[in-house]
Amino acid sequence: MRAFEYVRAADVDAAVATVTDDPFASYLAGGTTQVDLMKDGVLAPERLVDITRLPLHGIEHGPDTIHVGALTTMEELAADPTVVARLPIVREALLLGASTQLRNMATIGGNLLQRTRCRYFRDPSVPACNKRSPGSGCAAVTGAARMHAILGVSDRCIALHASDVAVALVALNAVVRIQGDQGRRSVPLTEFYLESAEDPVAENMLAHGELITGIEIPLLPEGARSGYLKVRDRVSYEFALVSAGVALVIEDGVIQDARIGLGGVGSKPWRARSAEEVLIGAPPAVETYRAAAAAALAGAWTVPGTAFKVELAQRTLVRTLQNVTEVSS
Amino acid sequence: MTHVPDVQTTGAGAPRTVSEVTTTLTVNGEQRTVSADPRVTLLDALRDRLGLTGTKKGCDQGACGACTVHVDGKRVLACLTLAAQCEGREVATIDGLGRDGEPHPLQKAFVDHDGFQCGYCTPGQIMSAVALLEEGRTRTDVEIREFMSGNLCRCGAYPNIVAAIRQVASEGGSDARL
Repeated sequence: MRAFEYVRAADVDAAVATVTDDPFASYLAGGTTQVDLMKDGVLAPERLVDITRLPLHGIEHGPDTIHVGALTTMEELAADPTVVARLPIVREALLLGASTQLRNMATIGGNLLQRTRCRYFRDPSVPACNKRSPGSGCAAVTGAARMHAILGVSDRCIALHASDVAVALVALNAVVRIQGDQGRRSVPLTEFYLESAEDPVAENMLAHGELITGIEIPLLPEGARSGYLKVRDRVSYEFALVSAGVALVIEDGVIQDARIGLGGVGSKPWRARSAEEVLIGAPPAVETYRAAAAAALAGAWTVPGTAFKVELAQRTLVRTLQNVTEVSS
Repeated sequence: MTHVPDVQTTGAGAPRTVSEVTTTLTVNGEQRTVSADPRVTLLDALRDRLGLTGTKKGCDQGACGACTVHVDGKRVLACLTLAAQCEGREVATIDGLGRDGEPHPLQKAFVDHDGFQCGYCTPGQIMSAVALLEEGRTRTDVEIREFMSGNLCRCGAYPNIVAAIRQVASEGGSDARL
């Protein structure tokens, strides 16, 4: 690990000013990605600004929205009574997302900013990585691709965004609250992430020094059905091969509203609006679900190692829709 | 304590001098002070600076759970926690669990059920299991397995680990606190 200065931030303004003014500074929250990648030599900040004691902790409950402070841990958010009662898609994604030890450390803001698990990105001895070294190529495209993305990718980079809860949050139209030295702004999570097909380096629209201070999560309407299904190489404590988060409102035998997020497939947490368009206005039926799943994966770009994901993702989405609507095959 | 000299950063920016960070924390009920390079993790501070070698270094990258300790009552991974982050925190490690001749109920249950082979993952397994009881996640074997899944055992003692935890939970777990 490269040497770095350690600074404990006094307040949010000071933290933002310190990182903004120092191009070689980074924030430190739960550290589960940051410290790991610093040990690997992938990240080498020269100053770490510890924000864990800032007052960005806890959950405020409004009538239609919850506001989650950025330093709220995954475990705390999963245990929130409103999340348990109204947002099962979020709770399930959180609990399936990491071990309890990691959930006790990892903050919700940091979770959104977690880096890819691509083994080539995480290994500096591999020269070809357009995300780590722009212009050097992509070792994964011709390498051992399995835990890689098939949507929003190109031959320049197939790195996957591995967050589970972000998949649920893009489906729910969550909004990220951001503070920078120029002020505050709120950005829908669906617009926050950038696809690697556009640029392998820039993963989101945060400028250097901007800090996520919280996330607004709109509650689902009473009676909405939601759930999250994760398919992986072992039963627990593993990243997704594919996953699906769905939320549906069904009235009079017709799907009135549908929200679909897909994980394990995208260079960003994937919102499958084309699938939603197929579902809305249709009755809940397996044929409809299959058509929606086909629409969701229509733009897939695969290499031999990831080709299986096209079928697996469709089946996972169909199964998740069946689970929440209790529609059998 | 050995004095670690100041070091210089060697990254892309202009070199800057990095000083030791002095951190005062409570470990197993005792106040301890560590002065160390900011790179020192809680795991290395416990083992190399404070002489508490019960906590084990397995993968050192947050994947195996061998370094599980409790910070302010929550189980976390000491390998991904910087020691400097623990100023004022209360840390509990396997070294503080039970006493000579008076093992903690989970320690005894792991022996009774043969819940280990090589024993290297065991401190992390037991610290996780103590937290599991406090979290109330021991109602079924499925629940125990799911919420112990962050602790890997390459000897494959899982069935016996689950049996040990189930036994303590079935006895109420009331004397199974730290």
